[in-house]
Amino acid sequence: MSIHRTAAKSSNEREHALSLLRQMLLIRRFEEKAAELYSAGKIRGFLHLYIGEEAVAVGAMQALTPEDAVVATYREHGQALARGLPAGKIMAEMYGKANGCSRGRGGSMHLFDAGRRFFGGYAIVAGGLPVAVGLALADKMLERQAVTACFFGDGAVAEGEFHESLNLAALWRLPVLFLCENNLYAMGTALERSESQTDIHLKAQNYNIAAEAVDGMDVLAVEAATQRAVAQVRRGDGPYFLELRTYRYRAHSMSDPELYRSKEEVAQWRGRDPIALFDACLRGRDMLDDAAMKAIETDVANDVDWAVAEAEKGAWEPVADLERDVYAGAAAA
Amino acid sequence: MAKMTYREAVRDAMREAMRADPLVFLMGEDVGKYGGAFAVSHGLLEEFGPQRIRDTPLSESTFVGAGIGAALGGMRPIVEIMTINFSLLALDQIVNNAATLRHMSGGQLGVPLVIRMATGGGRQLAAQHSHSLEGWYAHIPGIKVATPATVADARGLLLAALQEPDPVILFEHATLYSQEGESEDETPMQFGRAALRRPGKDVSLITYGGALGKTMNAATQLAEQGVEAEVIDLRSLRPLDTETIFASLAHTHRAVIIEEAWKSGGFAAEVSARIMEGAFDALDAPVARVCGAEVPMPYAQPLERAALPQPEDIVKAVQELI
Repeated sequence: MSIHRTAAKSSNEREHALSLLRQMLLIRRFEEKAAELYSAGKIRGFLHLYIGEEAVAVGAMQALTPEDAVVATYREHGQALARGLPAGKIMAEMYGKANGCSRGRGGSMHLFDAGRRFFGGYAIVAGGLPVAVGLALADKMLERQAVTACFFGDGAVAEGEFHESLNLAALWRLPVLFLCENNLYAMGTALERSESQTDIHLKAQNYNIAAEAVDGMDVLAVEAATQRAVAQVRRGDGPYFLELRTYRYRAHSMSDPELYRSKEEVAQWRGRDPIALFDACLRGRDMLDDAAMKAIETDVANDVDWAVAEAEKGAWEPVADLERDVYAGAAAA
Repeated sequence: MAKMTYREAVRDAMREAMRADPLVFLMGEDVGKYGGAFAVSHGLLEEFGPQRIRDTPLSESTFVGAGIGAALGGMRPIVEIMTINFSLLALDQIVNNAATLRHMSGGQLGVPLVIRMATGGGRQLAAQHSHSLEGWYAHIPGIKVATPATVADARGLLLAALQEPDPVILFEHATLYSQEGESEDETPMQFGRAALRRPGKDVSLITYGGALGKTMNAATQLAEQGVEAEVIDLRSLRPLDTETIFASLAHTHRAVIIEEAWKSGGFAAEVSARIMEGAFDALDAPVARVCGAEVPMPYAQPLERAALPQPEDIVKAVQELI
């Protein structure tokens, strides 16, 4: 792991590094709390945790501006937090409350924030890719310089929409940044059990898309690769594809007994924990000490407490409003 | 008033919309250089260029999804799907995304997308190009479904659809494209209203799309037998204009519903149920249905004709009712 421009340890650089650490830690502590609240029955439905993959969302999001768009999956708490959605609105959404970021209509899998151009969590695998292509098409037709960042997992690669979307984005040279979070499992199916070609970025290259594989446990590597990729996409050179190699520590969802992988494998990946790795990296460069880490932990814990308080105090949407927002005006039936 | 074909009316509406609004564009398979599988977009590439008349790869799911994304991004896309059977490849995007995004986002997002596609049988194209699945789409809250049956509606409903803030699917019956008629009607057309195509007092014939012509033909035959049939063209399956249906039943007291789609689980069943719920007291006889035969569409001409509702079937159903 290397800090870019290693020679200079300017205060800006330290500030930025600590911000990355803080964002990753927020995602982790937020989700640990969510898992606890799921067990307590406060959060229901499906809950897909991102723990282990934090470096991907946090690293990638650094390259985006507020004008850029983000499309994500049903495992999108990390992307939402990294994009700046308030933790309280996300937690309230997971509670199903009206002050949630989707007014309690979406839950954990469908977080939206139109103002932050966070175009949601899509729970049909690969279903967000065509939408991302269309957002980029609109940007191109309206001559905006924006980039659409599209997150999806290795499972999406087996779907037809993946191939159709890569082809169309490349054919029309659309400003899409494809971010494949390769955590090696499509739910319980290991990559090598579902793909004849497991080097996913090579598939993108076959569509004439610039593509590379990146260590998704190294937040600085993700950030640097994404900055490069976004710069190229923004220049109008068409889409770019990053395969971010990462690992999900927790079960696929809360109901998964994890029969498909060994404890040893999980332990091995925990040895490359993105937060621990970055912590060590920063300490090695005298950018972090125990006191600073404690301050970040306290700060993050306050955020999580606030998020839970927001969710707890939120009101339920009145059942009388059940049919609102199906259409713009009055309901059609 | 201008005389033109149904095909020209759709084209005129697209041309008018694209001239008026730079955000409107068309994409789909062979809409550009080829001029459209049914020649609907013929000549538009020359006028508007390849940025606004976009030929897509054969990838229904992705170009419909791209239409959704472009609509979210501020454009006003029209997506053409060659035929209704091909639209099944895009069901994921239509049902899981277009129809849900406004609600699922708590009202933050809207998808002002128009999807046009050819529907229906009658051209000997067998079981993968001829079905009438518009009733499936009408099942889904979050989208609107219209079925232009006349030249005027082909133009009017498309222009009205482009004013809607939500996704609209227009089903153009493939046998109508060459039909001639007057292009002007009510302007702007109000979305979601049925049309009274022929007044009558003895029975209400309720239909839509490609079955309208056969129903009008049946009404003419019935008139010769002294039966005055009222013909209602639904025009929109969602929302459904039950007001017009009930108003008709209030003076005819009998209803026959005609559609090309299969009877089991079809849209005629929905109309029938609405009549039971909202106009039961007006009925002097059970609601009758004339629908497509329960077979995948056969190729051979006599078989295909037998599989589709014909004027004589409608006449017979009315005679049994009165």
